[in-house]
Amino acid sequence: MNRLRWLCRRGMLELDSWLAPFLETRYADLAPELQGVFARLLDQDDLALFDWFTGASELPDEFRFVVAAIKSTRYPRS
Amino acid sequence: MIPKRRFDAVIVGGGGAGLRAALQLAEANLKVALISKVFPTRSHTVSAQGGITAALANVSDDNWHWHMYDTVKGSDYLGDQDAIEFMCRNASSAVYELEHMGLPFSRLDNGKIYQRPFGGQSQNYGGAQAIRTCAAADRTGHALLHTLYQRNIAARTQFFDEFFALDLIRDADGYVLGVTAMEIESGEPWVFEARTTLLATGGACRIFRHSTNAHINTGDGLGMVLRAGLPLEDMEFWQFHPTGIPEVGSLITEGVRGEGGFLVNKLGEKFMANYAPNAKDLASRDVVSRAIAQEIRAGRGCGVHGDYVDLKIEHLGTEKIKARLPGIRELSMQFAGADPITDPIPVTPTAHYMMGGIPSNLHGQVVSPAHYGPEEAVPGLYAAGECACVSVHGANRLGGNSLLDLVVFGRAAGMHMIEHLRENPIPRPLPQAEVEKSMARVARWDRKGGTETVAGLRGEMQRVMQDHCGVYRSEELLLAGLEKLTRVAARLPDAAIRDHSKHFNTARLEALELENLLPIARATLVSALARTESRGAHSREDHPQRDDRQWLRHSLYYCQNDQLDYKPVKLKPLTVESFQPKERTY
Repeated sequence: MNRLRWLCRRGMLELDSWLAPFLETRYADLAPELQGVFARLLDQDDLALFDWFTGASELPDEFRFVVAAIKSTRYPRS
Repeated sequence: MIPKRRFDAVIVGGGGAGLRAALQLAEANLKVALISKVFPTRSHTVSAQGGITAALANVSDDNWHWHMYDTVKGSDYLGDQDAIEFMCRNASSAVYELEHMGLPFSRLDNGKIYQRPFGGQSQNYGGAQAIRTCAAADRTGHALLHTLYQRNIAARTQFFDEFFALDLIRDADGYVLGVTAMEIESGEPWVFEARTTLLATGGACRIFRHSTNAHINTGDGLGMVLRAGLPLEDMEFWQFHPTGIPEVGSLITEGVRGEGGFLVNKLGEKFMANYAPNAKDLASRDVVSRAIAQEIRAGRGCGVHGDYVDLKIEHLGTEKIKARLPGIRELSMQFAGADPITDPIPVTPTAHYMMGGIPSNLHGQVVSPAHYGPEEAVPGLYAAGECACVSVHGANRLGGNSLLDLVVFGRAAGMHMIEHLRENPIPRPLPQAEVEKSMARVARWDRKGGTETVAGLRGEMQRVMQDHCGVYRSEELLLAGLEKLTRVAARLPDAAIRDHSKHFNTARLEALELENLLPIARATLVSALARTESRGAHSREDHPQRDDRQWLRHSLYYCQNDQLDYKPVKLKPLTVESFQPKERTY
């Protein structure tokens, strides 16, 4: 878990803001194979992730569910 | 026994500047270690989308001297003209060099490198818009990082990924002999010994609550420099982007206003007409940021806390928004919960770039006042990129000049380091006491049972900086801010972390990052309080004019007793005539 937390530190603010809250609040509830998918997602390139998250390029099937789950995490204003 | 590795050069930071310098050294067959807290291609350089400025004249008539004029003027005359001449003169060769390395620049129909217009760039010393910024689509920073990384692999730079640099190792004669670091995976300390050390650790906008910077931008190199008793330069100058999404900080590009979007306050007034009657919503970044800050302070901000304004684009129509601004719509929905087709996007001025930093000269040498003058080189220590203050950006940076800064001064530093290594072939003895001091600083976080948390103190610091040292500054506000920050920092000794494990202990890393951020915040407040004028990004409500008689000089902040010192701006370029300070109008 600590290792994943560090891998959620990225070169782009938006990725930090998507990945870290998801890891802290929802990752634990994922089925083990989806946790594996999330870890593989973290191995991808920053701009590839950004394009998938913003819809600028086609999301590979493998990541479809996890990315949708990340994007449905709410960001309440403090 | 702490593992010790010896190299010719150690580079701290794997962004554009660090990679460029490392490449210079590795291609000269020197033994280079590059340590980076994240995987290098995940450095913040990846976020630089716009491009790199160089007067190639592929689209409009152009030359480097016009670029130099624009940069001097953009800096509000605080930039050092020798360094600016050096950067602008070397810009074209730096870009061609990247092209030859394989950076996939976008192309014009005639096959030449594509260039686009950017704010603040002119032809003929303030004339028509210049088209000067070279781009690889909207991913220039990404392309730069990947190109340089691949070249470094080929040149056999040794990468130490996921290593966190702790402290400079400096001997009694002032020589810097390397750094202490922590391997993040194991939590074990390391000593990287080298006759030359380059800091390329990027910016520190995470001192602010609203920032466009990634979470890694905690100014680690600046903290190391302050702890080594060296000064930081011009820390009062931070560029704010006018339109970031509150809390998250995600940047909403100027292009949205270019497409016809406009700003309104809570009364629905299009307030920009009151501040910039001609340019309105398309006025320059500092003007729009100050206008928004003014509206918020006057109680006309939107939302429960009244701390943002609305950016409206729904009048553009569903089709145009979907066609032209799909990414922006997505970011707004994700991070503000607002679909701009029906709702306005909440925006607020957001810290974007640090103009100040580690004082350095155009060879990348870190310089500080010593026995014989204000700019004596610290032997063995170099800095390049956003963490350095050369100073080419002065009081305000122009878009497209930051990537240029990285490659020009990364290369220059690498070249000077090669020379230094040749002249200093024998390693000096490593002062063991310095290493132990650094280890003790880290060991302090093994203590249990504190009453304060790292996240709590960081949040308070960020709020103080945003509220008291943001776009809008006055003596009263800054003094109150300094008092609050002093109280926050005084609680640091009571802070503890719960996780004391070794493996990937992110809590400890965040604690060490906070130890870097807090003194940088203090440097900013103290420098801003002293500068009783308004220049570039530093805007004092109680001193609204630029004051060249008193303030055409650089600030130097030392953390010992909050000491401030000053040094003159270098108005004399290398080979051409000076540009004398004039009023800055666009």
